[in-house]
Amino acid sequence: MADAETQREAVLDALDNVAERLAEEKEYLTDLDSAIGDADHGANMERGFGKAAEKRDEFAEMEPNEVVKNVGTTLISNVGGASGPLYGGSIMFASQEFEDGITAETSVAFAEAYLDKVKDRGGAQVGAKTMVDALVPAVHTYKKSIEQDDLPPLEALAKAVDAAERGVAFTVPIKAMKGRASFLDWRSVGHQDPGATSTLFILEELLETAEEYLDGEVDRDARAEDAVGRDE
Amino acid sequence: MIGLVVVSHSAKAAEGIAEVAAQMGGGNARIVPAGGDEDGIGTSPDRIRDGIEEADDGDGVVVLVDLGSAVMNAELAIEMAMDSEAVIADAPVLEGTLNAAVETTSAKATLDSVVERAEDARDYRKLN
Repeated sequence: MADAETQREAVLDALDNVAERLAEEKEYLTDLDSAIGDADHGANMERGFGKAAEKRDEFAEMEPNEVVKNVGTTLISNVGGASGPLYGGSIMFASQEFEDGITAETSVAFAEAYLDKVKDRGGAQVGAKTMVDALVPAVHTYKKSIEQDDLPPLEALAKAVDAAERGVAFTVPIKAMKGRASFLDWRSVGHQDPGATSTLFILEELLETAEEYLDGEVDRDARAEDAVGRDE
Repeated sequence: MIGLVVVSHSAKAAEGIAEVAAQMGGGNARIVPAGGDEDGIGTSPDRIRDGIEEADDGDGVVVLVDLGSAVMNAELAIEMAMDSEAVIADAPVLEGTLNAAVETTSAKATLDSVVERAEDARDYRKLN
């Protein structure tokens, strides 16, 4: 396991990468949300993660799990809407899995705790056109890759990102059953879910960060066919 | 006395509901509005948590909510307000708050009885 300082640096870099990515994608997320929601998802996510990233100095003295927890509470206070409790509350809750540090095993526990909290809080199952549609395949793939297929964490994360990407595509043709989009009934069909999309962006940035720290590179186009055995 | 927190996407709506319910409660009920967020329309877990702490005199708090994220933010606020016992009533926010306000002024009121009275409001018909 990497030492606590390296873990904290990795968390802080991941935070920076996510904040930067969400700022870049602000308009895109807002466009998605204006089709089936209230057009604030881009601004909300940019603001929340931006505020968290601004606290880098404040976080610099904390244990890695404390940094993750404080990212959660910062999101709770700054994201707004349903995304505040869903992203912030779930990160805060899941951060306890990192109490003994960040490892392949604890990252699986974190991912599962996060998913459970999102499902519990939001009440959505797969197929409701929500972030759950990206999260469930991602978390299940990650867990299976680590625990059953014995893949290195980087490969597991790459597969999880692929799974999330397919989950995002799956939100397009289905009808929203949860959240504001559900008020649109059949008119929500054909639109990509903003929450699933921002979830994918976050996972992509986690992968990007993991590549730096775990000293590897995954070719996104090729990895779906050739993820297993790349290390051999 | 059981406290009440009124959560609405609109700060004005929460204040107005608290005002109407305070009158029903004979001016004795502990009712705290916690509506809106920093940008205006929305709900804020921080505001709701502050409301719960303000409304709680040790007997616990019932939270009345409007729609959508109000429910999630209220749940989160309850988790954050760890020193207070608080529960959400599954009731229409205005009618539920009125009912709850009346019940809180009863000497026998409990958290359960206030929630129950608030939830009675789900069945109210306005036209016969």
